[in-house]
Amino acid sequence: MTGILHYLWLIPALPLLAAGILSLTRQPHRRFAATLAIGAMAVAFGLSLLAFFATLHPQGGIEAQHAVRNIPWFEFGATHLRIGWVLDPLTACMLVMVTFVGSLIFIYSVGYMAQDENFTRFFCFLSLFASAMLGLVIANSLLLFFMCWELVGLSSYLLIGFWYHKPSAAAAAKKAFIVTRIGDLGFFLGMLWLYAATGTLLFYDDGKGCLEAAAITKLVAQVTIGGMALSTIISLLIFCGAMGKSGQVPLHVWLPDAMEGPTPVSALIHAATMVAAGVFLVARVYPLMAGDASGASTNSSALTVVTWVGAITAVFAALVAVAQFDIKRILAYSTVSQLGYMMMGIGMGGYAVGMLHLITHAFFKALLFLGAGSVIHACHEEQDIRRMGGLQKHLPVTFATYAVGMMALSGVPLFFSSFWSKDEILHSALSWQPSRGPFYFGIAGAFLTAFYMTRQVWYVFFARKEPHISVPTAHASHPVPVEPHESPSIMTVPLIILAACAVLLSIIATPVWPWFHAYLSGHLEHLQVSFAISSQVLLTMLLSTCIVTAGISLAWWLYAVKPAQKGEEADALEKLQPDVFSLLRDKFLIDEIYEATAVRLNAVCARVSDWLDQFLWGGLIQAVSFLVLGLSWLNRLLDEFVVNLGFDKGCGSLRTSASILSHFQNGQVQRYLKVIGLAMSILALIFIWGRK
Amino acid sequence: MTPLHYYLIVSALLFAIGFAGALTRRNAILVLIGIELMLNAGNLNFIAFWRYGSHPEHHFTGLMFVIFSIAIAAAEAAVGLALIISIYRHYKTTNLDQVNSMQG
Amino acid sequence: MSFPFIITAALMLVSAVAAMSLRNLVHCALCLIVTFAGLAALFLQMNARFVGFAQILVYIGAVAILILFAILLTRSSEMKTGQLRVVPSSWWVGIAVALVTFGSLALAVSSSTLLKHPPSEPGIVTVKQIGFQLMENYVLPLEVIGLLLTAAMIGAALIAMREKQSP
Repeated sequence: MTGILHYLWLIPALPLLAAGILSLTRQPHRRFAATLAIGAMAVAFGLSLLAFFATLHPQGGIEAQHAVRNIPWFEFGATHLRIGWVLDPLTACMLVMVTFVGSLIFIYSVGYMAQDENFTRFFCFLSLFASAMLGLVIANSLLLFFMCWELVGLSSYLLIGFWYHKPSAAAAAKKAFIVTRIGDLGFFLGMLWLYAATGTLLFYDDGKGCLEAAAITKLVAQVTIGGMALSTIISLLIFCGAMGKSGQVPLHVWLPDAMEGPTPVSALIHAATMVAAGVFLVARVYPLMAGDASGASTNSSALTVVTWVGAITAVFAALVAVAQFDIKRILAYSTVSQLGYMMMGIGMGGYAVGMLHLITHAFFKALLFLGAGSVIHACHEEQDIRRMGGLQKHLPVTFATYAVGMMALSGVPLFFSSFWSKDEILHSALSWQPSRGPFYFGIAGAFLTAFYMTRQVWYVFFARKEPHISVPTAHASHPVPVEPHESPSIMTVPLIILAACAVLLSIIATPVWPWFHAYLSGHLEHLQVSFAISSQVLLTMLLSTCIVTAGISLAWWLYAVKPAQKGEEADALEKLQPDVFSLLRDKFLIDEIYEATAVRLNAVCARVSDWLDQFLWGGLIQAVSFLVLGLSWLNRLLDEFVVNLGFDKGCGSLRTSASILSHFQNGQVQRYLKVIGLAMSILALIFIWGRK
Repeated sequence: MTPLHYYLIVSALLFAIGFAGALTRRNAILVLIGIELMLNAGNLNFIAFWRYGSHPEHHFTGLMFVIFSIAIAAAEAAVGLALIISIYRHYKTTNLDQVNSMQG
Repeated sequence: MSFPFIITAALMLVSAVAAMSLRNLVHCALCLIVTFAGLAALFLQMNARFVGFAQILVYIGAVAILILFAILLTRSSEMKTGQLRVVPSSWWVGIAVALVTFGSLALAVSSSTLLKHPPSEPGIVTVKQIGFQLMENYVLPLEVIGLLLTAAMIGAALIAMREKQSP
């Protein structure tokens, strides 16, 4: 474990190096750029695998499971700041996931971005992102974590606004940046408070870290405003950051807009990895959240908040997803909803539950996004699902893999990964003491997920009509229909690999679930494959199977069995409930509410400040300036008739003497030399006579 | 053998000649030549003191000083002449009387 | 006082005066070469062989030639100013200052009584010894000198380069 620990920093450093080199590379070197970025990522993947295997055989007990390496960064006065990296099961499985999915998406991007002229810049940003994300995963200091977190936010901003010539992309990038900053403010405050309270930001530091027993006990014991324990309030502040990054309600608004970026970016950043950073953060500071250093799941008030936010997000986003028509937006809302599930899982069942869903979700959501990218690519940048249809004939590979992803997301029983991980969440919700609410929310979310995914797949691949795909040509102003085509193999191969993973993960996920749980929480036992399932779990599985079946079949009945519709015709749901549907389509008017409240408030404040500036402060300043003018006029009188007369005399004599002296400075070097020589000899003579 | 102070007097004369030239001549190159002569007078002093000091074959300081001084003088001559050529290009003259843009 | 010393010293001083007073600049430079050669002869008389030959190589071989080049390059101004050449009114001031300087130096020399005895040892230093000294005790100054020469070379080349846009 120590061997790889020393070189753990290489994992983020390699992509960073690649990004640095690529930022200096000129645009035409496409092959070089792609090779470098993918190569760095692949090596990082190899190292991550090594790290993963190292964590499988920890030496010692629970203390040894967080292998850390801390280095002093800088010091001022008596305070010295240390940063470092940590290798524990949580880090290791996250590392493997990020590098693996990242490598596949890098490869896919080669095909997807092949026509783009800023190809090397794209790979530069991607590498920068990967580096920041990996740095975040291995960070052992909340400060380093925060720095990488912000870097991740920055690269997300750069990538969303990659096509910055589109105004909508530029606006989306700004929105993402600003909204996540709101959450980060809380994170930052929490971090400062934590530092003030414990004096350290290291997670694990031989018993002195802020996530270890001594600090946690101290934090729990302290009581601050409103009778809350200090640990609770700090956890909630940090959770604000996680909410921003992971798109939890009410800070979710940026994530659907982020789909303006290129599709591989959506897959990598806004589905698989970056948005999972928030969940990862909660998992990382779980001991703080739970108020218990051993990481056993408890019902602290911070975790309750996490649970409820997650549950509300899960249902809310799923509802919105039902009424969207943009293929990527549906996936975006489903991401938000799944992130809510993860939060819920962490809040109720400990971080192992949430992390399992995070990892399975990363695979199938990356798969879905890449599939969507392939569809969009095939349809010449068309994103509206109403204009698609019947694509399964044209895109067989994409269709097959997309179907796998869809079933994985919906949680089709037994063979698809999400079934198991979601089931685990539902199971822990069922046994959650404080309330049954999240359980019902989870059930509703699962139903809606199955529904909207079926709806989407039907629209894209099955709708019985000729696709209305068209591209504007140079000759005719009216669009000409073209045939959709399957993507090149460099794009389909990653799809197939991801699909295989989505299925395979499910096969290994369940029987080994107790093992994974034990692995993450550090009580590693021998791998025991057991199919013995308790009755309560069985009940949950049965229930969720029913729910999923109901969702899929309802959607199928609504869309497919009923008579086929024409392209631009209203949605089936819209016919049933036009008001509800339009509310959902407008995303519960959240954006408009923000527009009417936060943004309008801001504008009003600005106007008030402007008015104050102009009249109140401006008037004051005017008054002051008149006063000063009067005083200065008085002063001038005094000056001119009292001071200046004497001064002028002095000036005149000074000028005369200066003009006399300036004869010495005549610019003739030889005259200077003469003076020097004369002075030197006089000095020498004085010296000689002085000796006598 | 010649006593030390003869060398010193010769060196002083050489210095004075160089100094006089540097003070009176108007051509920049001749001023530079004068300065070179003064430097050489200094070198002569160093060598003389080294030779007439105790144990000249063990105490090298004077000799070494001259070696380094010759190297520096070469550099100085190169830079000085480059400056003169540059001045000549600019003012079309090497006459120091006419190069007086530093006049106060 | 030995005979060779008188000859070389006299030759050197006369040629130095000539180098400082002749009208033709080329003649001045040639006299300067004679002065340098005389100085080298004086060095050799004092058994400072390495320095004597270095003097010949550096001064006569390089500096004097450089001065000659400079004179030839700036010749046209000499022709132009040659016609309106007047003895500057302050020339005697320069001579007087130089004389005062010489006087003070001579006074200093004559007033010192310390070093009137002749040297006892032959005082021959081989080039090998100098080399060892340069590589041992004086290695840092040697490197500094190398750096200085490089800088001077680059600087001289830069300064003497033709100006891009002459005013």
